[in-house]
Amino acid sequence: MANRRIYLDNNATTPTDPRVVEAMLPYFTNMFGNAASRNHPFGWEAEEGVDYAREQVAKLIGADPKEIIFTSGATESDNLAIKGVFEMYARKGNHIITLKTEHKAVLDACKKVEKMGGEVTYLDVKRDGLVDLEALKAAITDKTILVSIMFANNETGVIQPMKEIGALCEEKGVLFMSDITQAAGKIPVDVKELGIHLAAFTGHKMYGPKGVGALFVNRKKPRVKVTAQMDGGGHERGMRSGTLNVPGIVGFGKAAELAIKEMDADAKRLSALRDKLQTALMERLEEVVINGNEEHRMPHVTNMSFKHVEGEGLMMTFNQNIALSSGSACTSASLEPSYVLKALGLGDDLAHSSLRFSLGRFTTDEDVEQTIDEIANGVNHMRELSPIWEMYKEGIDLESIEWSEH
Amino acid sequence: MAYSDKVLDHFKNPRNVGTLDKSKKNVGTGLVGAPECGDVMRLQIEVSEDGVIQDAKFKTFGCGSAIASSSLATEWLKGKSVDEALAIDNMDIVEELALPPVKIHCSVLAEDAIKSAIKDYQEKNGVDFEVVE
Repeated sequence: MANRRIYLDNNATTPTDPRVVEAMLPYFTNMFGNAASRNHPFGWEAEEGVDYAREQVAKLIGADPKEIIFTSGATESDNLAIKGVFEMYARKGNHIITLKTEHKAVLDACKKVEKMGGEVTYLDVKRDGLVDLEALKAAITDKTILVSIMFANNETGVIQPMKEIGALCEEKGVLFMSDITQAAGKIPVDVKELGIHLAAFTGHKMYGPKGVGALFVNRKKPRVKVTAQMDGGGHERGMRSGTLNVPGIVGFGKAAELAIKEMDADAKRLSALRDKLQTALMERLEEVVINGNEEHRMPHVTNMSFKHVEGEGLMMTFNQNIALSSGSACTSASLEPSYVLKALGLGDDLAHSSLRFSLGRFTTDEDVEQTIDEIANGVNHMRELSPIWEMYKEGIDLESIEWSEH
Repeated sequence: MAYSDKVLDHFKNPRNVGTLDKSKKNVGTGLVGAPECGDVMRLQIEVSEDGVIQDAKFKTFGCGSAIASSSLATEWLKGKSVDEALAIDNMDIVEELALPPVKIHCSVLAEDAIKSAIKDYQEKNGVDFEVVE
């Protein structure tokens, strides 16, 4: 019992559903063909597997199968969308708008675009993590070609107003790209209804395998094109060359099919468990804050700061058996805490004190109960050790102390 | 990243956690680091009349390595003379705890905390603080 491992880091990656693994297995052995081999049955059956998966993945997000480009994952899809649009639409303009809270794959692709002569606006978010629609509107110029805003944030679970952003982009005549990695397969996503023109996502955040992702590229009204970033045999309608990862794609398809069937029930069950975790910790501990908007939030995520306790140290009280993420970056070379939390206006101290809980399909009630106990004990233990907790308890204003920053 | 057994031991069973009466003349207090940086250490020493550190206590806000570094520091300080304590080098802590390069700053902070506590003690007792390089 004490060493039972609990996994609450599903925003980092999810376990592959056994039903997905089962669907993939034949494509490693009997049906190992290259989907691009057009002149023999080995190739045909591999292509059939890919075609079926393309339908399943398209259906998950309300797209046409022809609009799905398979890639190696969301990072590649983000890069293909941003750099591909920048190159393809160079004659129309060179300006891209994104948020400071985006995933590094988007931010770093945008930085590359800047080096290539583009201009990028990195918008601030509001204190609850939501985009300021007025600021977005004001940022769009006649040089703007793309707005890239994620569906749901990986650290806080905050869901952006996609429909409003889509409508604004349509009104202004700019393309709308979204990293939908954290939302796809977890909550309903309909790219057509939301006015999304490009969407990046991946298999391994929705109980599929790692190493396979997709980019949705709108084909009609408007017909969107991206310049390939990987040259070769012209696979995936010329937008992404490279032999298709057939077993991975088949698994991704199966994961999409399962998500369509099970996401409502999963979301309902997980939001109840998440709320239970959050409420119990708030009841048992003082000085706990929830980071990000609670209303517009993924059902399985909560990001909490436990004041005057350092996140990584806290995790060490139980990280032999509970997997979580911390916004503290004590191990990173920069020692900078989460840029996402800082963009929400959190002080570095609160960012260092944060933990992200992301539940998943295989999280049990027992997991949550044990986590509540271990976190509460861990926070109490760390506060006993914390000089700033002692000062806080003595009523000393921590702001009044001259800290020796190092 | 895996922690060494010694870090884990100090983290799970921290030595000398607590608070000494900082109003006492023979108690020196060092408070170093900043909450914004993710580490704050408070290290205190109580020095006997013959200049020997008879007690040392700490409290640390920080990661496992920061807690282990300060816990180890209090263990080493007890029984040492002030001069011997000033000679403790952060690399001794790095070696003892097998800290990886990204955690060396924890040992630096512990050394700073020791020096800062001694400085406070010496100032209270009219001794000019000498930095031992």
